[in-house]
Amino acid sequence: MIEPFSVLESRTAVLPVDNVDTDQIIPARFLTTTQRTGLGRHLFADWRRDAHNEPRADFVLNRPEAAGARVLVAGRNFGCGSSREHAPWALLDYGFRAVVSTEIADIFKSNALRNGLLPVVLDPASHAWLMTHPGAAIRIDLRSCELHLPDGRPVSFEVEPFARHCMLHGVDPLGWLLGHEEAIRGFEEGRACPS
Amino acid sequence: MSEPRTLFEKVWRRHVVVPETDDTPAVLYVDLHLVHEVTSPQAFAILRERGLKVRRPERTLATVDHSVPTDAASWAGGLGDMDHAARHQVRMLGDNCGRAGVRLFGVNSSWRGIVHVIGPEQGATQPGMTIVCGDSHTTTHGAFGALAFGIGTTEVGHVLATQCLLQRRPKTLCVEIVGTLPPGVAAKDVILAVIGRIGVAGGTGHVIEFQGPAVAAMSMDARMTLCNMAIEAGARAGMVAPDDTTFAYLAGRPLAPTGAAWDAAVAGWRKLASDPGAKHDRHVKIDVSRLEPQITWGTDPGMVMPVSGRIPAPAGAGHRKALDYMGLQPGAVIAGQPIDVVFIGSCTNSRLSDLREAAALLHGRRVARGVRTLVVPGSQRTRMLAEAEGLDRIFIEAGAEWHQSGCSLCIAMNGDRAGAGQFVVSTSNRNFEGRQGQGARTLLASPATAAASAIAGAVADPRPLLETERRIA
Ligand code: SF4
Repeated sequence: MIEPFSVLESRTAVLPVDNVDTDQIIPARFLTTTQRTGLGRHLFADWRRDAHNEPRADFVLNRPEAAGARVLVAGRNFGCGSSREHAPWALLDYGFRAVVSTEIADIFKSNALRNGLLPVVLDPASHAWLMTHPGAAIRIDLRSCELHLPDGRPVSFEVEPFARHCMLHGVDPLGWLLGHEEAIRGFEEGRACPS
Repeated sequence: MSEPRTLFEKVWRRHVVVPETDDTPAVLYVDLHLVHEVTSPQAFAILRERGLKVRRPERTLATVDHSVPTDAASWAGGLGDMDHAARHQVRMLGDNCGRAGVRLFGVNSSWRGIVHVIGPEQGATQPGMTIVCGDSHTTTHGAFGALAFGIGTTEVGHVLATQCLLQRRPKTLCVEIVGTLPPGVAAKDVILAVIGRIGVAGGTGHVIEFQGPAVAAMSMDARMTLCNMAIEAGARAGMVAPDDTTFAYLAGRPLAPTGAAWDAAVAGWRKLASDPGAKHDRHVKIDVSRLEPQITWGTDPGMVMPVSGRIPAPAGAGHRKALDYMGLQPGAVIAGQPIDVVFIGSCTNSRLSDLREAAALLHGRRVARGVRTLVVPGSQRTRMLAEAEGLDRIFIEAGAEWHQSGCSLCIAMNGDRAGAGQFVVSTSNRNFEGRQGQGARTLLASPATAAASAIAGAVADPRPLLETERRIA
């Protein structure tokens, strides 16, 4: 069951990289887990730590100003590549509740929404402003689908309406799907008899 | 006369259980659900937590591929050296499938293999189906005119429990491929060129339909290579209309229909092709008659160039970061770049025809000293067929390693991995940082380019070798 999401206020962490793929978000060697929890410590493992497992001082998440950020702003086409749901699990476990980009890969977006991590696709100008102002204090309101910049200016974004409804109210889509049992059975029976 | 429809629309419409509205997505029926060990344990756990059963075990097919060792030493040791967590994952899949009555091609099954290789090989993958798997390269199955796409683990749970998915209808992009492929240039080169052209997000929100004479002329193995990498352009799925090539491939496969059911199926499948005049949301046309073998130089599949070319000057920070990771210089010729490892395998290029292409070049030649060459067939059955025609001997005599089937060095989860800083010419689909091992540098290419590079010990164009072959023949 996901935690309902309505308003999020946070400073941003900015990852100025395009095409961040899910292999970077959570490298494959951590996918042998059979759990959904505890992946936050491996988030961006190879960018956060060097070959000797020491933190890389220049990586955004290792900088003091990124501490506590719940919004990750990244370059275009965030979350491309593999379908591993471990990517949103790792981001959530680390503490992020929203990811902002100009474009977010399809499977990642759907995985994020199913887990209560809000994918926010912004217009290029607002996104460019956020990219150049790390640590900006922003407010994301899912009720109005607006992201408020620090000066209060609202920027609207779109979220698939059903996923939004589920996130706002903590509705579980599986429960909703199960509610269609009769239609599913009807569909199967309709196919079984040749028309 | 109804309005003209695309291949995608026809398959989509036949699977809508509940139509979409502004507020709610469609409930889409899934004909075939493929399952593997890495993305399924948490989904089965969801079912257990909620007391749900697998609704249609007979529409579910499981195998183990990602984390199973493929090297001879591990197998000789009875897989005793297998990673503990991986072993647990494999065992869990066995337990989960056993309890649910799901058919599993387990570690010791002779039908085991990479999930996207075995579906078609068994004839489980059929035209007009909806096929999903907790794996992004599920797009591969679109080569048969199925609507096939990757899903996350939560959705794997949805499909296990309801045989349905919540989906918004995607847009369609027609990629029309015209011209005749020159000798030595393969489907892998075509799809790399397509991704180079439309970009790694060029297909986002779309299902790609590959059309045109060059596609019609392709074998099923080649069409699978094409559709496999549709996801690398960000597309939801890739599709090719089924035709006689498709039917000839499927005829007689273990799970394909037989007798009258076969005839009826083929008659239906023939109607799936996009109608003349059917409209796609976007259209791209590519002429391949002068295409050269392609190779990637960077850290995403869109960073691609002809193997005869020079590494491009960086366009922006992303390219600079990629060149820095790869340790390559802009302006340098890529051919002749020394390499450490060659990987011939993965769901992109591990089928019999891929192995034959590589073997044709390695026959009677040697892999360069110091280059580790892994040949990893896509399935145990492919391995058996390759051995029946002596391909294993060719690889071994050339100094390459002949492995058991699996994902292996494509994802480096099973113990096969390249070292930091090593250059790998790989027939797989992703050249992301660290994909083949921490710090490893991947150059994606076709099986022929990979084989030619193994022989040269450096990035090499396969065409001169092929030319020699032809002259001898
Ligand atoms: S071969 Fe590679 S891309 Fe294909 S399913 Fe296995 S890990 Fe994924």
